[in-house]
Amino acid sequence: MIYLDNAATSWPKPPAVADAVTRFLRDVGASPGRSGHRLANEAERVRFDCRAALAELFNVRDPLRAVFMLNATAALNFVIHGLLEPGDHVVTTGMEHNATMRPLRAAEKRGVELSIVACGPDGTLNVDQLRDRLRPTTRLCVVNHASNVCGTILPIREIGALTRARGVPLLVDAAQTAGTLPIDMAADQIDLLAFTGHKSLLGPTGTGGLALADEFDPARLPPLMQGGTGSKSEHETQPEVLPDKYEPGTPNIMGLAGLLAGLEYINEHGRAAIRTHEEELTAQLIDGLRRIAGVRVLGTLDARRQTAAVSFTLADMAPGQVAQQFDEHFGIMCRPGLHCAPRAHRTLGTLPAGTVRLAPGPFTTREDIAQVCAAVARLAAGGAHG
Amino acid sequence: MAEFAVILVHTTSHAIQAERVLKRADLTVKLVPTPRHLSSDCGSAVRILAGEQEAAQEALTVVGLEIDRIELLD
Repeated sequence: MIYLDNAATSWPKPPAVADAVTRFLRDVGASPGRSGHRLANEAERVRFDCRAALAELFNVRDPLRAVFMLNATAALNFVIHGLLEPGDHVVTTGMEHNATMRPLRAAEKRGVELSIVACGPDGTLNVDQLRDRLRPTTRLCVVNHASNVCGTILPIREIGALTRARGVPLLVDAAQTAGTLPIDMAADQIDLLAFTGHKSLLGPTGTGGLALADEFDPARLPPLMQGGTGSKSEHETQPEVLPDKYEPGTPNIMGLAGLLAGLEYINEHGRAAIRTHEEELTAQLIDGLRRIAGVRVLGTLDARRQTAAVSFTLADMAPGQVAQQFDEHFGIMCRPGLHCAPRAHRTLGTLPAGTVRLAPGPFTTREDIAQVCAAVARLAAGGAHG
Repeated sequence: MAEFAVILVHTTSHAIQAERVLKRADLTVKLVPTPRHLSSDCGSAVRILAGEQEAAQEALTVVGLEIDRIELLD
């Protein structure tokens, strides 16, 4: 089997990830933040080490500014609905996932004004066009770091310089990039970073969260949810102190044990080395696909300017059909359709049918990519089965 | 003379961070339930040797860890 759906969920995971989850459930098991016994303390150590590893990865000085939520979607909702009030203006791009677009559309319904900066047909963004859309009432700019459809990387450092200069908080959706591309929240001037654990951070599903820059004042962001934290328990109002302010309820601590193992794998092997490996596979994939008649590859067609998510269409065959043939006859797992990103597909000109997305990961090999290209060539030549 | 002091913190995340930082500084440290006569935001506190109070405070200041206060244990 060849698994090329890493942009949805990375798999396989490093063996240490499953081991850490199993070990946690078997030997620790308790809730962090409550009770104070040795197992609860051990659970809190796991969670703290996970925060510290993330803070280091994103260059945040204070590890308690890495707060955990269900995934990047939860973090994006937390910020969009927590920060924006009726009459506020928010700017985003034409390449966003529905994890951003749907909360923004919901915010619009309650009186928030939304501007969507158009992107090029390859998914690239002209920062001058973003600058033109900022207003005195702009209270948030939210952009993806890289497209989940075609991998196109947005210039977050350039965007950060602009938004910081204008005093507009910048929220970056790093679902596709955390763990592979460099993210330096200080140098990139990112105020808030939504990350997920189950993609390039190599952790289990149900892990992720929000990183707050050292400069960002948490008083600006009310907590969207309230609940028990194990701290300030005599009060019936949510504590203001981080991380508890944004972490009500018992967390997915066994998932965080796995995420910590994923982060340790990245540290051990090197984020840059993983990125280089994926970039090479992406270049091989783009090159191989472009040689096949009837194939159209989306995006910049340059592996250096994108993540390892390659979208293509095949003349005369619907994306869903390609994916079915892949699965049934070639053992290739991919994701067809709209990838929860209709706005991005509109920009790329691939509505309504969508594309086939192939997303290699750290454990994909050059041989896998060669086999996938051969399979596409067979389908393109009419070698499909019924 | 008190043998121990306790560092009172805001959350258990702070308690674990303090534990990590103080261990790295080679100080004697133990997580304990917050003594009942001391009011605190958090059920866990960080017990240190009374004689290492200054060294502990300095180590925590270096990393910018915000604590509630330190109390001597009788």
